[in-house]
Amino acid sequence: MMNSYVIDRRLNGKNKSAVNRRRFLERYRKHIKKAVNEAVNKRSITDMEHGESISIPSEDISEPVFGHGRGGQRNIINPGNKEFRSGDRIRKPQGGGGGKGQGSGDASDSGEGLDDFTFNITQDEFLEFLFEDLELPNLVRKELKEMSDHVYRHAGFSSQGVPNRINIVRSLRNAHARRIALSGKSRRRLKQLKVLVEQEHEKDEALRDAHSLLAWREEIERLDQKIRRMPFIDDFDLRFNRNERVPVPSNAAVMFCLMDVSGSMTQNTKDMAKRFFLLLYLFLRRNYEKIEVVFIRHHTSAKEVDEEEFFYSRETGGTIVSSALKMMGDVISERYPANAWNIYAAQASDGDNWNDDSPQCRELLAKAIMPLVQYYSYIEITPRDHQALWHAYEDVQSAFPEQFAMEQIIDPSDIYPVFRQLFQRKTT
Amino acid sequence: MTQKPISTGSEWTFPLIQEYDRVISQIAQEYRLDTYPNQIEIISSEQMMDAYSSIGMPLGYHHWSYGKQFLQTQQNYQRGFMGLAYEIVINSSPCIAYLMEENTMPMQALVIAHACYGHNSFFKNNYLFKTWTDATAIIDYLVFAKQYVTQCEERYGVREVERILDSCHALQNYGVDRYKRPSPISAAEELSRQEEREAYQQQQVNLLWRTIPVAEGKETQQERRTFPSEPQENILYFIEKNAPLLEPWQRELVRIVRKLAQYFYPQRQTQVMNEGWASFWHYTLMNEMYNRGYITEGFMMEFLASHSAVVYQPPYDSKFYSGLNPYALGFNIYRDVKRICEHPTDEDREWFPDLAGKDWLDTLHFAMENFKDESFIQQFLSPKVMRDMHLFAVYDDEDESEYEISAIHDEQGYRKLRAMLAEQYNLSMREPNIQVVDVNLRGDRSLTLRHTRHNNVPLDKDAEKVLKHVHRLWGFDVHLESCQGDEVRQRLHMPPQDMTPEQALEEGLRYV
Repeated sequence: MMNSYVIDRRLNGKNKSAVNRRRFLERYRKHIKKAVNEAVNKRSITDMEHGESISIPSEDISEPVFGHGRGGQRNIINPGNKEFRSGDRIRKPQGGGGGKGQGSGDASDSGEGLDDFTFNITQDEFLEFLFEDLELPNLVRKELKEMSDHVYRHAGFSSQGVPNRINIVRSLRNAHARRIALSGKSRRRLKQLKVLVEQEHEKDEALRDAHSLLAWREEIERLDQKIRRMPFIDDFDLRFNRNERVPVPSNAAVMFCLMDVSGSMTQNTKDMAKRFFLLLYLFLRRNYEKIEVVFIRHHTSAKEVDEEEFFYSRETGGTIVSSALKMMGDVISERYPANAWNIYAAQASDGDNWNDDSPQCRELLAKAIMPLVQYYSYIEITPRDHQALWHAYEDVQSAFPEQFAMEQIIDPSDIYPVFRQLFQRKTT
Repeated sequence: MTQKPISTGSEWTFPLIQEYDRVISQIAQEYRLDTYPNQIEIISSEQMMDAYSSIGMPLGYHHWSYGKQFLQTQQNYQRGFMGLAYEIVINSSPCIAYLMEENTMPMQALVIAHACYGHNSFFKNNYLFKTWTDATAIIDYLVFAKQYVTQCEERYGVREVERILDSCHALQNYGVDRYKRPSPISAAEELSRQEEREAYQQQQVNLLWRTIPVAEGKETQQERRTFPSEPQENILYFIEKNAPLLEPWQRELVRIVRKLAQYFYPQRQTQVMNEGWASFWHYTLMNEMYNRGYITEGFMMEFLASHSAVVYQPPYDSKFYSGLNPYALGFNIYRDVKRICEHPTDEDREWFPDLAGKDWLDTLHFAMENFKDESFIQQFLSPKVMRDMHLFAVYDDEDESEYEISAIHDEQGYRKLRAMLAEQYNLSMREPNIQVVDVNLRGDRSLTLRHTRHNNVPLDKDAEKVLKHVHRLWGFDVHLESCQGDEVRQRLHMPPQDMTPEQALEEGLRYV
């Protein structure tokens, strides 16, 4: 009799391929990064909740082996003959050295797969690749990826826990109560005995009952010891503070994206700006339950638009930054009262502004906007020298050093410093 | 006597699987199917994907290419481009068969018959498997290989190990002695001898490359020694033993890849026979179970639907066509051999005088045990199968603008067709014949490989990339010459050699 064993392996780990998968991602990091960057440009900034499908040209990941090429003479056997007779001749399909006609199903064309190799990466991996470009510190990366936030709240006491959570007052109170409860009988007796001994002592020396006195004294001694032996604190006296993980009661935030869309802003600059807005969005998503995003673009006049138009429509003309700030102020007072909303703003520009407008911007920011917002970040995407707007903003920064950040940006890795303060405040 | 069916629903349970296995095993024994003990493992579809990407090996060393395989499988499966195989079976003792939990009871029974009794008996009794693999040792060897690779990674870095493995993988089809018989692999032995071997091998290599000057007059007179004295077909073995610059651990890695290639070598040569055998037996065993009343009609319907999907051969002009289906071809041949034994026609008596009227079971076992695809087809492909499958041969000459139908399933064509199909399954025809012919011992230490063309079929364009890998392992210049007869038709060099314009022109003209 043959014996077979049937084994249920379903409970074993299923991620046996995880290491190999990671090695693959590591090896083709460059390709994946490129794909991630392209994907970021295509996605909405509020759409970071899922992974991405990545394509790599098959050529780049092929594992070469020696194989037969086209050419030479060969016979190939096929099934399903219908009308052919021996000696029939059939024209070869034109183009591409014989093409993919009948009879080419040989092993030899394995190296010529035309399709890209496509696979999916998870949201975590997607963000990881994105953050790498932005050079985010690890701590921040972790924070941003973790979707829901929790804090530990005090939730009563428990009789079990770790030593560092002992509640001393409660424990000692318990111990005290226990000691009182357990030693009650002994102490009552002790009291009686002490009274008896005293009474005896009050009698005349000759009348004293020496025998009883000795017995009482001994008993007193015994009881004293018994009471003293009672543990000062015992295991079951201990009480621990119990904590519960509760979701942070998060409230709403609104994020204002302000961008200059005058003719001098190229698509490349806008893509960079998009990463800047994205980072702020990710940060907010982590801290607030409900986030609204307002896109305001401006050239000489400002307009509230949707995301698509914000990033991808082209405008020409001069630049008046204060128009956008004014509009932001209006939107806040209309729809986002500062006492109900956490207001964040991110502004991207190439630094151009109509010269007479910059002092106005400073005024608007300092008087009307900064008092209302949690954080205002400004990036200037330009390799050139600063102009009046930058200097005006420098004044604002010195007035609100905690809430205002500005940075000049040349490539994406410069973006993070703008938020450094924001993240630091949260992570410490 | 009426037998009560084992089960009626489509849900499987562990007791049911055991019961089916018991019955199938009994019937299989009546047919003298001799197997290793079976280890049937139920796994989930995710685990099946894992198993897929490691070529079914229960444990393999880590390498990015398996990750690639995994991602591909995952993608295709999740997008619904493909279903997973119903089973994977491993040539080991006990023979491990993976069954997917998603399968219905009839599918599980089919898979048990197919894998645990079909493939398993093939593994145990086919001569190629017997000579080339040691089923009891493979798991231990895999453990050894995995540990060794991990150790190397810790010591020398993942990247370094990966580079060597990449290069070895590129040559893994050239890691087998096709004509010599190897000693079966055993993990215990490997481990105990490995260190010893390291030292010894390095010494050997050093002897070959000794640079102590020989007395001068002597050397000039001495004829240039050719090395190797005979062309070597086992390129990986040659590299393992002779590459001048490899570290001992790198040689051991070459050896691991070579040994695993050897383990898979019989499978690559017996695809048609092996799948055909397993299909023949799941079909026969299931029918027998039905005849004896162990399974119901509904069960049988589901079985037949799966079975006919497995052995379906789309015609050449179908959009599903991707070459001959080894399941179909093998199944048809075995079925027809049985028919020839039991009910021979005049044609069969003429073609197979030795088979007609013989005991079919003896004949089938004989056919399974003593052949590989090439010789099996040459020996047993009957005119009837060729007719039924409507086989025809297309002749393709690169110099002609037309294909020619060189043979079809008719009286004049049978023998030609059969010989050509057999050749198509000849492994040394499927893969280019490339051998080590020379090492320049006294000069630049360059290695020369020769590709012997068959019908003037050239190498494909991967050859240059593979050569890079050979170069990485060998450490010095590598040349490849592709010859038709004695005439060199193409030369490749690694690192590439700068050619003079005339040479380039001449080189270019060769391919016009």
